[in-house]
Amino acid sequence: MPKRKGIVMQFSGRRQKIVRLTGDRQADLYPHSLQFYGQPPTENISLSEFETFAVDRLKLLKTVENLGVSYVKTSDQYATKLEGEFRKLHFPYRVETDEKSLDTEYDKRRKDHISHFILRLAYCQTEDLRRWFIQQEMDLFRYRFHILTKEPAHDFLKFNNLHYESISDEEKNTLREELINSSYGFSAPKVEEHDFYKVPFQDALDLVRGRKVYLREGLAYIPHQEIVAIVLNDFRTRLSKALAITARSLPEVQSDERLQPLLNHLSHAYVGQDYSIQKNIGKISLEQIDPFSTKSYPLCMRHLHKALRENHHLRHGGRMQYGLFLKGIGLTLEQALQFWRSEFIKGKVDADKFDKTYAYSIRHSFGKEGKRTDYTPYSCMKIILSNPPSQGDHHGCPFRHSDPELLKQKLQSYKIHTNGITQVLDLVKGMHYQLACQKYFELTHSVDDCGFSLNHPNQYFVESQRILNGGREIKTEVTQNETPQQILTNPAPKSATAPGRTLPKPKVPPKRQAANGIEDSNEFFQ
Amino acid sequence: MSYEYDQASLPDLLPLYYRRLFPFSQYFRWLNYGGVTKNYFQNREFSFTLKDDIYVRYQCFNNQSELEKEMQKMNPYKIDIGAVYSHRPSQHNTVKSGTFQALEKELVFDIDMTDYDDVRNCCSAAEICSKCWTLMTIAIRILDRALKEDFGFKHRLWVYSGRRGVHCWVCDEAARKLTQSARAAVAEYLSAVKGGEEAIKKVQLSDPIHPFIKESLKVLQHYFEDYALVNQDILGSKESIDKVLALLPEDILFKGSPLDLLQNDFLKVKTAALRWECLKKRVLQMQGALKKGVYGDWDIMFQYCYPRLDTNVSKGVNHLLKSPFSVHPKTGRVSVPIDLKLLDQFDPFAVPTISLICQELDKALEGDEEANDKENEGEPEQKRRVRDYKKTSLAKYVKVFEQFVEKMEQSWKGELLKKSDQQKDF
Repeated sequence: MPKRKGIVMQFSGRRQKIVRLTGDRQADLYPHSLQFYGQPPTENISLSEFETFAVDRLKLLKTVENLGVSYVKTSDQYATKLEGEFRKLHFPYRVETDEKSLDTEYDKRRKDHISHFILRLAYCQTEDLRRWFIQQEMDLFRYRFHILTKEPAHDFLKFNNLHYESISDEEKNTLREELINSSYGFSAPKVEEHDFYKVPFQDALDLVRGRKVYLREGLAYIPHQEIVAIVLNDFRTRLSKALAITARSLPEVQSDERLQPLLNHLSHAYVGQDYSIQKNIGKISLEQIDPFSTKSYPLCMRHLHKALRENHHLRHGGRMQYGLFLKGIGLTLEQALQFWRSEFIKGKVDADKFDKTYAYSIRHSFGKEGKRTDYTPYSCMKIILSNPPSQGDHHGCPFRHSDPELLKQKLQSYKIHTNGITQVLDLVKGMHYQLACQKYFELTHSVDDCGFSLNHPNQYFVESQRILNGGREIKTEVTQNETPQQILTNPAPKSATAPGRTLPKPKVPPKRQAANGIEDSNEFFQ
Repeated sequence: MSYEYDQASLPDLLPLYYRRLFPFSQYFRWLNYGGVTKNYFQNREFSFTLKDDIYVRYQCFNNQSELEKEMQKMNPYKIDIGAVYSHRPSQHNTVKSGTFQALEKELVFDIDMTDYDDVRNCCSAAEICSKCWTLMTIAIRILDRALKEDFGFKHRLWVYSGRRGVHCWVCDEAARKLTQSARAAVAEYLSAVKGGEEAIKKVQLSDPIHPFIKESLKVLQHYFEDYALVNQDILGSKESIDKVLALLPEDILFKGSPLDLLQNDFLKVKTAALRWECLKKRVLQMQGALKKGVYGDWDIMFQYCYPRLDTNVSKGVNHLLKSPFSVHPKTGRVSVPIDLKLLDQFDPFAVPTISLICQELDKALEGDEEANDKENEGEPEQKRRVRDYKKTSLAKYVKVFEQFVEKMEQSWKGELLKKSDQQKDF
């Protein structure tokens, strides 16, 4: 690719300065700190950059989700934490006027651009995924737009062909009463001070729906700050359409062998430890399992264990989810075989049949048969998003898959007090399943703050043991590759390595370690 | 001769209705929308309910003549109008999966009297009477004003459903092009009464009062005393009073002391109107102390009178709604347009039934023969039909419809001119 000196016009005050971008950076490609992602990127990139970008953006979006539930989106804490994440992961968020940072700013915007489009490929496939992706991208966009000052905001809108007409002072005067009474929190002086815009009501549906705007002759009268809502609506509509189109062209993309495993895993990606290496293997005895199930199991596993004990059987989905979890907490193959066998024999399965069929698949999941892949325990994302339970199944995430009424009864039977149950159910209603599980953790361990960001059932177990044993660790040693999220929430990070380091290049299959990225990346690299 | 309607006579009456009385000309002029958009009429879905409850969807027609012939052949008991699709509705099965889509449809509203059962004393379910009909009048006034002034919609047709409610058809181009999301938003904006069986207080007014609510309040205030205090007598019996007071917070009921009950004040006065005055007085006295969003008498007016619309009907682009001039099989009444200029005088019980107008027509035909009108022989069917409905009680309703269509036609003329200019079609 021919090298082109990028030239950018930078405006400081009223003087125009010509500054240069170095290397292959094209001037004018990224004039703003945010964008509508209307045009897909056209350059070539390496597979490793492809993967890193995607994983980093996923981490960013997950942070956006967590922060959005933990803090009010207009609060200072939200802003500080989110901006910290932007910096850590090298994503753009504000207008940079410093000449020296032009190159890095360009790189960040490029990363933002490319990573968005990669994640579209992974998240266009189902209604659930699309909804999640759109929600987080909207929150991200909202924040970036919100911090723009009036002029850059105006520039950005103009650049994107959004022409919103502001009303004359005369008109504002005539409509003063109406504007005061329809715009939430707008007193008379505020109406005086701020610009109001007239937009077709179809462009302001959120405000119309909530009757939070003055309408006349089909036009909505919007204060400048509400323009954000309009712009967001526009963003959502565009993204929604784009995802639908992407989904249609996905088969072609998925047929590329280099991308297919990555894209599949991205949408179920767990960005953290995958509990495949158990340092405490063999340290658990079978007698401990029943007490563990009530004290340290996340609700999904508690449910599976109870169902297994009661029915002396579990179907395939349940055996996989629970079986791999048990492996993750430290059961050896022999213990696992003994555990399942003793339970199934109490049911309708005789010893012979067990040895012939079920035992094989248990050994298989420990990597001792067939492909000899050591399967990793399922992350929360995977449990929530794939293989929903049907009649007769007990797997899945109870916060996602159980009827709220039944969930409530179950929590009551576990003696959780009403207040707590209400909080859990509220989170479930808001579709924050992992946060609901965290709340369950807090309630069953009598702590105000669980101190971690839940992503994995085995993580739940490990954290629970940590608290119950007063710091003495039966748990997995936290390795060098602790995730940025964990670093944000855990006060005392143990790692010395910087987070977010890039994954090893595909040519050299890495030794199996708790990878700082995609689950089952072993399979991906083979 | 009895004008009683009997559902069993529909098979005899419908053929006459569809041959001589149904206003096909204006109907087609409406749904064709001036021919501005290609295939607009041809891709429109109609559905018919035939004798013995046979329901057929995806009916479509190439032109007015075909529409007439088919309707005269099938004599539907009920006609519904659906959306304009991307293809001929009759081909919906042959088109590639996913590409057959509803593109446009009028924005519609359905107000049904049964949704007010919890606040009507006089009737319930399918019954209506002159006392509760006021609710429909109020609904039309409030909603029509908003559709016109807030949303800028110019072509709104209000129709009596034939039994217990009214429909509104908003026919502006902008309305027909609205997405599902936009329709839902409009319906939400217009809604104020929410809550099912479980909810006691179904209205929550905002603070400050939005201009739309303010305008709606004016309408409510105009009708409330006569409707609620006199006709419905909501402050007449203890049971009724209790229901009303259940909507008020304790502050107003007790005014600081359990001995100072509002109910006691009520006992001191003789008429419902005076009781209402007591209530309003208290609200005024408590003004400063009331919580935000509590308005006392206004809350009651809204709960008892504010329009209750079914948002699901308005939301769906492909939703099928009863057609104007369709007959209601249970009552025999024709679904007629309502003249807004005479809204307060509209009487659903004066709306002609199909048996009435058929009998009126027969009578008129006899009269014609007697008057020896040879000049009318050999007249084209359509022209004859025009004179026919004019001889019946249907006339004034068709006139309202005609005016509605004419008004729209004026706006299309402009459109067609614009289009032909663009295409340089001279």
